[in-house]
Amino acid sequence: MTTTTAPEEKAVATSAGLNQQVRDYVERVRGGELGALPAVIGLIVLCTVFAILSPVFLSPVNFANLFTQGAGVTVIAMGLVFVLLLGEIDLSAGFASGVCAAFLGVLLTNEGWPWYAAVLAAMLVGVVIGLIIGWLVAKLGIPSFVVTLAAFLAFQGVVLILLDEGTNISIRDSVILAIANENMYPWLGWALVVVGVLAYAGLQLLNNRRRAARGLVADPLSLIAVRVGALAVASGFAVYVLNLERSRNPGVISLTGVPVVVPIILVLLLVWTFVLRRTRFGRHIYAVGGNAEAARRAGINVDRIKISAFVICSFMASVGGIIAASRANSVDPNTGGSNVLLFAVGAAVIGGTSLFGGKGRALDAVLGGAVVAVVINGMGLMGYSSSVKYVVTGAVLLLAAGVDALSRKRASASGRR
Amino acid sequence: MSTAPVLELRGIDKSFGPVQVLHDVAFSVYPGEVTALVGDNGAGKSTLVKCIGGIHPFDSGEYYFEGRQVHVSGPRDAAALGVEIVYQDLALCDNLDIVQNMFLGRERKRGLVLDEDTMEEMAAKTLVGLSVRTVKSLRQHVSSLSGGQRQTVAIAKAVLWNSKVVILDEPTAALGVAQTAQVLELVRRLADKGLAVVLISHNMNDVFAVSDRIAALYLGRMAAQVKTSDVTHSQIVELITAGRSGELGLQNGKEATA
Repeated sequence: MTTTTAPEEKAVATSAGLNQQVRDYVERVRGGELGALPAVIGLIVLCTVFAILSPVFLSPVNFANLFTQGAGVTVIAMGLVFVLLLGEIDLSAGFASGVCAAFLGVLLTNEGWPWYAAVLAAMLVGVVIGLIIGWLVAKLGIPSFVVTLAAFLAFQGVVLILLDEGTNISIRDSVILAIANENMYPWLGWALVVVGVLAYAGLQLLNNRRRAARGLVADPLSLIAVRVGALAVASGFAVYVLNLERSRNPGVISLTGVPVVVPIILVLLLVWTFVLRRTRFGRHIYAVGGNAEAARRAGINVDRIKISAFVICSFMASVGGIIAASRANSVDPNTGGSNVLLFAVGAAVIGGTSLFGGKGRALDAVLGGAVVAVVINGMGLMGYSSSVKYVVTGAVLLLAAGVDALSRKRASASGRR
Repeated sequence: MSTAPVLELRGIDKSFGPVQVLHDVAFSVYPGEVTALVGDNGAGKSTLVKCIGGIHPFDSGEYYFEGRQVHVSGPRDAAALGVEIVYQDLALCDNLDIVQNMFLGRERKRGLVLDEDTMEEMAAKTLVGLSVRTVKSLRQHVSSLSGGQRQTVAIAKAVLWNSKVVILDEPTAALGVAQTAQVLELVRRLADKGLAVVLISHNMNDVFAVSDRIAALYLGRMAAQVKTSDVTHSQIVELITAGRSGELGLQNGKEATA
């Protein structure tokens, strides 16, 4: 039992607490709970290497490119986290995003629907796809690997049908195009930073106060300060760089501000983090991923949880498809194809989500998505051929899965000491 | 010494297809006592427990709880009565912490959000009430706990809900010597707090160390239900292996009143 409810332990919780927290963290990492560490280290190493090899890499233009390049994959990865948390896989997420993007293109351009109706329809298609896959996996009991592999093949065909055997549908709607091609006013970027940091600090302090008032172990104020400080520095730096002029010819056209996809990803990140960490539904997702039998005995409807995870995954794929269509200004048979799925799975796993289920966060998709974006972008700048890109991408995915498997081994070895 | 049984089964029959697993079984559990349920492999211990827990419906027989006849048709009914079963394979989620496991499926909410603080307080209170002091933090993952600690969490989870009957399916089977002693101590404390505890065990040392009564099943029949102080080790072993021991046990297929 914890004895930290004793008053004398609470009194020292401020300064000694940070040291203790750091020690606990080191112990957790040694025990195999790596968390975000591989992604952060990978990001630093990759950025350093590319910055040395290619001077363009660190330019403001390229920095902004990273966000729009990684956005689609990050969003799809965020949905995949839910499926991976259950220990399942969705191989069809890439082409599901393609199908949704094709619906969007057909409805917008060919049928002349307003953008909001087309977006809603595309998202609805995603939800329906998720319902069907989830039902087949949960109720019929077909392994998700097989169901989604079948869907992976079938959806390629569906995209071709929707696009009349491979024609390219261009997107002309200004709202949809704005998602991946426009930027926010610079002042709005700064406002976002200030509001975000203040809200984060406020929530953390409130939580700390509430727990301390009830005599529970609360995070030390110093740790909160470190977290808030890190968020302020990182977001402040990003917005500063994104607000620099990055047009080659500023006299003719000015190009500044945070890309519009960034706040979209942030909102999705906040929503799914809230769902996973603060709601009963999120808790049950973790429970089913950790021990489905225990969850079932605890009265949790395991089938319902499984189906909803696939629905969330395909829904997020539809959002990813919309972003991809916006970025390419068009929909073609390759939208969501080639290695989008591999990148998305890689992003989730690199970020720290386990392929074995039960471990993962929405944030993992963003961290891993950043790594993937840096790899794609950096290799593009270096002018490698696609053959090298494929090999490197495969290697990165394998490396991430290897780290996952090793840390799991380590955790079970140290956990059952 | 004790008053009326809190849970009583009479004339329970249970078949799986052509195989009759339980024959006319009577079983009583008293508050404040540890009742050991013993029997060889296949004697019907697990089936009996699952009938009590509402997982298997029984074919015929009567189920009394606190003197009233009740109908238990599912695990939820049993839980509503205050009957909790701690299974051998524990049913804990490794990737969740102690508090999360104890409230699994019955989480407290404040509006839309989980009420973590209240849950943590209640979990802490329960563990203190059971005099459990071996756990470092309530927020550590179950994967980092020892076998004895896991068993403790599983038992605490069962006690959290003001349960009246706690059934433990071989709680010490996979534990070392020190941890076994720890868990047995906890079992004794549960009974001393007034709960009715059913302990399924193959280990005669455990049974004699902690139980007040022993119920021995033999090939699906209740061979005898006796006070632990009235019998010896070898009598119980005979009851388990042969169904009878001198005057005790089944006489010509019928149960002798012990």
